[in-house]
Amino acid sequence: MDLSTLTYIVVGATFLLYIGIAIWARAGSTGEFYVAGKGVHPVANGMATAADWMSAASFISMAGLIAFNGYGASVFLMGWTGGYVLLAMLLAPYLRKFGKFTVPEFIGERFYSKTARMVAVICLILASVTYVIGQMKGIGVAFSRFLETSYELGLLIGMGIVFIYAVLGGMKGITYTQIAQYVVLIFAYTIPAVFISMNITGNPFPQLGLIGSMADGTGLTMMEKLDQVVTDLGFNEYSTQVMGSKLNMFVYTLSLMIGTAGLPHVIIRFFTVPKVKDARSSAGWALVFIAILYTTAPAVASMARLNLMETIQVGPVGEETANLAYADAPQWFKNWEKTGLLQYEDKNGDGRIQYYNDKNPEMAAKAATYGWAGNEMVKVDRDIMVLANPEIAGLPNWVIAIVVAGGLAAALSTAAGLLLAIASAVSHDVIKGMINPDISEKNELLASRLSMVGAILLAGYLGFNPPDFAAGTVAIAFGLAASSIFPVLMMGIFNKGMNRQGAVWGMIAGIGVTLLYVFQHKGIFFIPGTDFLGEQEANWFFGISPNAFGAVGALVNFVTAIVVSKMTAPPPEHIQHLVEDIRVPKGAGAASDH
Amino acid sequence: MDNKASEYWRANIRIVSILMVIWFVVSYGLGIILAEPLNAIRIGGVGLGFWFAQQGSMYTFVVLIFYYAWRMNKLDREFDVHED
Repeated sequence: MDLSTLTYIVVGATFLLYIGIAIWARAGSTGEFYVAGKGVHPVANGMATAADWMSAASFISMAGLIAFNGYGASVFLMGWTGGYVLLAMLLAPYLRKFGKFTVPEFIGERFYSKTARMVAVICLILASVTYVIGQMKGIGVAFSRFLETSYELGLLIGMGIVFIYAVLGGMKGITYTQIAQYVVLIFAYTIPAVFISMNITGNPFPQLGLIGSMADGTGLTMMEKLDQVVTDLGFNEYSTQVMGSKLNMFVYTLSLMIGTAGLPHVIIRFFTVPKVKDARSSAGWALVFIAILYTTAPAVASMARLNLMETIQVGPVGEETANLAYADAPQWFKNWEKTGLLQYEDKNGDGRIQYYNDKNPEMAAKAATYGWAGNEMVKVDRDIMVLANPEIAGLPNWVIAIVVAGGLAAALSTAAGLLLAIASAVSHDVIKGMINPDISEKNELLASRLSMVGAILLAGYLGFNPPDFAAGTVAIAFGLAASSIFPVLMMGIFNKGMNRQGAVWGMIAGIGVTLLYVFQHKGIFFIPGTDFLGEQEANWFFGISPNAFGAVGALVNFVTAIVVSKMTAPPPEHIQHLVEDIRVPKGAGAASDH
Repeated sequence: MDNKASEYWRANIRIVSILMVIWFVVSYGLGIILAEPLNAIRIGGVGLGFWFAQQGSMYTFVVLIFYYAWRMNKLDREFDVHED
């Protein structure tokens, strides 16, 4: 059976499964629509959280980021997992005890302020909408590349699937489809990883292959071999290259951790478990399921990089026949050239491929003596490290088909989680919380379904017309979550004296500083030419990259909030009782009554 | 807040503080700040600093959360603030 038929069958089967779940898990009340009736088992919620969290970027792009940044990319691995420790110990159990439906709802009640609630709604929508654009693009790209449809048709099919289970089932439908999507994506990720690890190191466990020896009989370890191969061609040593500076790595990791813990679509998943105790363990399960992929990724990254380098540089650097002749390039190389993710240009006209770092002056000088005229792999897109992996490892077509289904599962599950966070903020915080507090349960459920429809249409529109700033949106989503939502939630629980004024001014100051820093280096609202300090690293504050600035924004938020709260009146007595109440687990059932 | 409740809260803060110190040490300490000197120690084929940054910190995070969940459940019972 040819690849495209097989891919249609596998992807079609997973979609039917999601639709089947949607019909089975319809939501009949607002409680089911917003928080799946608070009846999700902690292990099941952990699995759903893992799928909710791991996006198209985690599945498709992260291994490539690691492959080309080596040790420096550790910021993503630690940053995107360490946030769960913060979430488990500082936020999730207390917010579950509070027992309501949305993140802005907690902020509004704890700080007895509609302004605080509104600021939180705006942050939530900005962070979630920017994040969802990437998922919609991922769905369109996966369809167009593997199923030979147009980008637009792919996007429409993806929207249709999300529409069915998110509008019908709300959080309940999303939870059970996310569990199915996790299973699909984790198989899709680990099967090729096991094979590539077997091929290169002889060890079926990628995590052990990473620290293991080469199976080629050279006696070198895999990492020694990789370091040698890349440095021979003038690239940075894989196991020690840093990202920016050590300080930048430190702040970047911290920003990603705080941002992770502050992303509303992740936080609301912990509202769905029955008890406070379940919220604690569920965070642990979520991290187990995430770590299965995240500890595999560094192995995939290093081995795929080694594979790529050795495919092109087949012998000692400098010998004429040591470079692969283009005519002998393997089929996968040609396939991916067609998609534009790989681009080769025969600069010195010798019919062979030279892939080296021509930006390294020492290497460039050496290369000139070999008769090389510059790096000929003019484009190596990082995404091929995952997408081309099964072909590079020579795996059967059904594995490729599963990888496609896995990429789609990762994008769909994250998109649905984000859309629910947006829809519940609109229907519960804006419509019920501000415009029409007396709305009936039935009408609120209708409003929440309509908000979901609106959110899907908005996300689809942005997927069809991705704004110019799409590439900069990760910085914004994590920056906003880190600088506004995380600090205000944490102070709401741990600082009994924190008042309305402190919370509002803290959020405004944190977001202000973060956005100012991102805009001054990337353009005001990312409009090219409006950046007044330029993209140059020389202008970065202590060498901190704009993407890494959320932690500084969070610090500004904390300091501002504490100073302002000391100068203004303490919160009223009933708020102090509320804080005392959320600090103990007893009585979570009563608190959840709406 | 009565005495018992504030005692419970102090015990909670103590547990979380200790766990947060470990969280910081394995990731920022061993994985970033001390990575270079630690790389002199090998774990299999990679330096220990590299291993903590790309593997060990994540395993530790998982253990920390499950320990926290177990310890807090125990504390809840000691102070009789557990659910039903």
